[in-house]
Amino acid sequence: MSEKKSAWERLQLVHNVSRPTIRDYLPLIFTDYYEMHGDRLCGDDKAIFGAIGRLDGRPVTIIAQVKGRDINENKACNFAMPHPEGYRKALRLARQAEKFHRPVICFIDTPGAFCGVAAEERGMGEAIARNIAEFMTLRTPVISIVLGEGGSGGALALGVCDELAILENAQYSVLSPRGFASILWKDASREQEASEIMQITAEDMVRLGVAETIIEEPLGGAHNDLDKISENIKEYLSKIIPKKCEKDIDVLLKERYTKFRKIGAFIE
Amino acid sequence: MFEDLFKVVKKRFNDSEDDYKPMFKCPRCQETSPLIRYEELHRVCPLCNYHGRLSAQERIQITVDKESFCELDSGMTSGNPIDFPDYEEKQKESAEKTGISEAVVTGTATIKGSPCVVGIMDSRYMMGSMGSVVGEKISRAFEYAAENNLPVVMFTASGGARMQEGIVSLMQMAKTSGAVKLHSDKGGLYITVMTDPTTGGVTASFASLGDIIIAEPKVLIGFAGRRVIENTIRQRLPEDFQLAEFMFEKGFVDMIVERRKMRSVLSHLLKLHGYDKKEV
Ligand SMILES: [Zn+2]
Repeated sequence: MSEKKSAWERLQLVHNVSRPTIRDYLPLIFTDYYEMHGDRLCGDDKAIFGAIGRLDGRPVTIIAQVKGRDINENKACNFAMPHPEGYRKALRLARQAEKFHRPVICFIDTPGAFCGVAAEERGMGEAIARNIAEFMTLRTPVISIVLGEGGSGGALALGVCDELAILENAQYSVLSPRGFASILWKDASREQEASEIMQITAEDMVRLGVAETIIEEPLGGAHNDLDKISENIKEYLSKIIPKKCEKDIDVLLKERYTKFRKIGAFIE
Repeated sequence: MFEDLFKVVKKRFNDSEDDYKPMFKCPRCQETSPLIRYEELHRVCPLCNYHGRLSAQERIQITVDKESFCELDSGMTSGNPIDFPDYEEKQKESAEKTGISEAVVTGTATIKGSPCVVGIMDSRYMMGSMGSVVGEKISRAFEYAAENNLPVVMFTASGGARMQEGIVSLMQMAKTSGAVKLHSDKGGLYITVMTDPTTGGVTASFASLGDIIIAEPKVLIGFAGRRVIENTIRQRLPEDFQLAEFMFEKGFVDMIVERRKMRSVLSHLLKLHGYDKKEV
């Protein structure tokens, strides 16, 4: 493991424009992949990537939030902020995976679901809620990996899974530290302080029972060695996917339910 | 992302302090009317029909059969999962102010004889935000209903996730939605009644998963905060944006029901699904 960085230092890495995105990882982890489009209801959201491909020869369904690598790409994918149709596309492909007994691999990398008029009109709340509920009982293994930013309900909509892995410098949070500071202290400039207090690092996720595995990044961050980080992600998937596929699906679903059911701190 | 929504919610909270003066200023039509009139109508604006906020106790009183309510998990209080500074104090203040121990009250009851599990969120308690206790109580309510073949009626009112619990609050969305699915897969009926305000992580989880979704008139329903959206699109949103009637128009609400008719509509819907008079 490389040197321990603070939450704030890691946040800078996550926001680094050269941090690898799903499009960088795809050819280094999967083969024979075909991208799939549209939710069959309204449109095709470019902030959500969907594909069928192979992992070590095994057919899998890949669902991912798409960050751009420059301004044009980012405009096209709306800075990885999905609309409801993106989540509905994800659910359609998850259902298809269930039908054809393919495991689902979700890559989370979003600042959050998009906040806009059209998103509200088309039921952002309903779209996220539906995904969460349906993924909970999806009768095929689901593995999610947080690549960079895991922001809010927009991340959780791809995060109901049998096991969650998180890249060493990635973050997962109820809200961006900036938004958090702005709500609680009415001062968005206290972003750094918020990032340190919110418990958003990979280690925090494991301790709080949200993630099971941390995927190690190359020294200085994922962008320093794309081959190495891709290899680490692939190594993890190659180990976990067969393990989950072997399990009786009813046992798996019970464990998935329990994984989320037990998170919380209360006194009786 | 939710900051401005919280501002709006908070502002209305402060407005509600005016309840103790003799006039009521409506947050929807901005007109004032005698407070006594507003109270007589169970907190409905006599001028525009905006349905104001009720406490959990008031809601129980006007909804379920007299003395039928039996609370579940009444003593549950919150831990501090991310050791957030002053969280315990904040909880204590809220509990003292509201007379309830968390932002949701759950229990069994009958509505005109039909047995059901009810959950009532109370926006006075830390803006009705969902943390560990809200998540746990709601999940248990659905599990109890699934086990006992009971329908669930959930009155939602929330500013969203409870920030002081960080990622743990986000996970309550998964927990509650999972329990709703469990209850649904067993064939149980779930009726959501969206009250003012139903927003953020609650809209994006159990609130939106009802088999039947009812809203009270003019209440706020949405995912993202109004101001956040205005900043994104750089223009003012129409006044009716994210009101119950807007969500009804867009297809996310089955019916808008006035408070004075709510009990009778709920009773009919329960009976239509075969939940007739029997012992709980
Ligand atoms: Zn009014």
